[in-house]
Amino acid sequence: MSCFDIKNLNLYYGDFQALKGINMNILKNNITAFIGPSGCGKSTLIKSLNRMNDLIENCRITGKVELFGESIYGDMDVNLLRKRVGMVFQKPNPFPMSVYDNIAFGPRTHGIKSKPQLNEIVERSLQDAAIWGELKDRLGKSALGLSGGQQQRLCVARALAVEPEVLLLDEPTSALDPISTGKIEELLLTLKNRYSIIIVTHNMQQATRISDYTAFFLLGEVIEFGPTENLFSMPVDKRTENYITGRFG
Amino acid sequence: MPNGDIMNKNKSFSLEILMRGVFLSCAAVSILAVLLICLFLFANGIPGIGKIGLLDFLTGTSWKPNDIPASFGILPMIVGSCLVTLGAISIGVPIGVASAVFMAFCCPKNLYKILKPAINLLAGIPSVIYGFFGMAAIVPVFGNSIISACILLGLMILPTVIGLSESALRAVPEQFYEGALALGSGHYRAVYRVALPAAKSGVMAAVVLGVGRAIGETMAVIMVAGNQARMPKDMFPIPKGLFRGIRTLTANIVIEMGYAAELHREALIATGVVLLIFILIINLCFGDTLRRKKQ
Repeated sequence: MSCFDIKNLNLYYGDFQALKGINMNILKNNITAFIGPSGCGKSTLIKSLNRMNDLIENCRITGKVELFGESIYGDMDVNLLRKRVGMVFQKPNPFPMSVYDNIAFGPRTHGIKSKPQLNEIVERSLQDAAIWGELKDRLGKSALGLSGGQQQRLCVARALAVEPEVLLLDEPTSALDPISTGKIEELLLTLKNRYSIIIVTHNMQQATRISDYTAFFLLGEVIEFGPTENLFSMPVDKRTENYITGRFG
Repeated sequence: MPNGDIMNKNKSFSLEILMRGVFLSCAAVSILAVLLICLFLFANGIPGIGKIGLLDFLTGTSWKPNDIPASFGILPMIVGSCLVTLGAISIGVPIGVASAVFMAFCCPKNLYKILKPAINLLAGIPSVIYGFFGMAAIVPVFGNSIISACILLGLMILPTVIGLSESALRAVPEQFYEGALALGSGHYRAVYRVALPAAKSGVMAAVVLGVGRAIGETMAVIMVAGNQARMPKDMFPIPKGLFRGIRTLTANIVIEMGYAAELHREALIATGVVLLIFILIINLCFGDTLRRKKQ
């Protein structure tokens, strides 16, 4: 079953066309990786899946994106969409407040006020993000005091706290050291049973390690999209082969 | 020519020292000014306080410089200054911070082009003009009273509060705001729950500077506050008491300095000493908030 169904998506920043006729079917409970050189449109695409591109002036979109069959650019409430499609950013961005309040921000936004319920959500989210053990005694401390890797896992936990259906990650490990990166990857593998995960990465080893499907982007187009194993072992397109063998990009 | 090279180096080196001296002495002018002001005030004010008695001066409730024997208690003026400042803050800060939020996060560009210069202009208007405005627009409604002074001062501190809060809000990294939106938060919730708390120390600094501005304001206050020395018990019952007049430390000095002599004059300078100490305390607080911001 597909979680995102993208049909003929075009995206323009003013006169510049950043995405050209994207057609993709992203499967549920899988990890899908977007790879490609900088400026190829992979981050742009991931941001159009939870409509973060709405923030950018002069951004125009044509085509269709469906989340479990519902058009997200139709009359869907954008806040509700973002609750259903969580996002983790390239740079860890915990809010300048306590660990607890960081996690509770999302649930509170969506109307949960009861303290016991919030406690439970905070504990569950941190456990799901495999960081409960490290943080359970520091819930009241500022999240800005955590290490980069912890901050990023906190951001994953914060995204999980609103019980999304899909998790988008925009180069989530590019600012982290290899050990923290390993922890995030491990975490994503455990999460894919319950969530559909889309990850943008510059790191091709990362894509092969964790993803089930990979899409290769170049200049705003999807050049090749298929099971990760196939894409990396026998790419159909010459450009894909050149990229994954390190001949450019 | 190696020799000429060295000569050149020496020349530029001495120029360095010279320029350093120029900049240093320019910087020293302000320090010197502060020191001289403090010196003058303390030298002229302290003897007066000594003659009146510190406790009688600070906690005395009656100011009757022309009676025999005269009494010089400035507590009513201290209360007055604190009260109008408090009032100004409680009017100016909410409006100012909300304006700053609007300007930093919600303002359409065209409107901003009008709003920003308007606020800068507000900062540049001389206080006597504010006073005229108060006499023409506020006094007819609220009388020469505490409440008029609070409203007028509240308006006067707006540019300070708005300007500093706005730059604090603009300094909040975009990623906090984006992070909140990505969790399904609406624009206003993201601004009020994430961006505003992130800018807290900057906003606090704005408030402290606003306090400094309000407590030191003289001309506009004299023109609308009624200028009677009054104790807190006269403010009751609220709100009726708030429509009575009040005298601030600044007003006390300006109104009587023209004809004061001897001990009366010294008492007025001593009033200035008290005001200066207030300002010093506020500036220490301000420095403290800035330091915390850096951490």
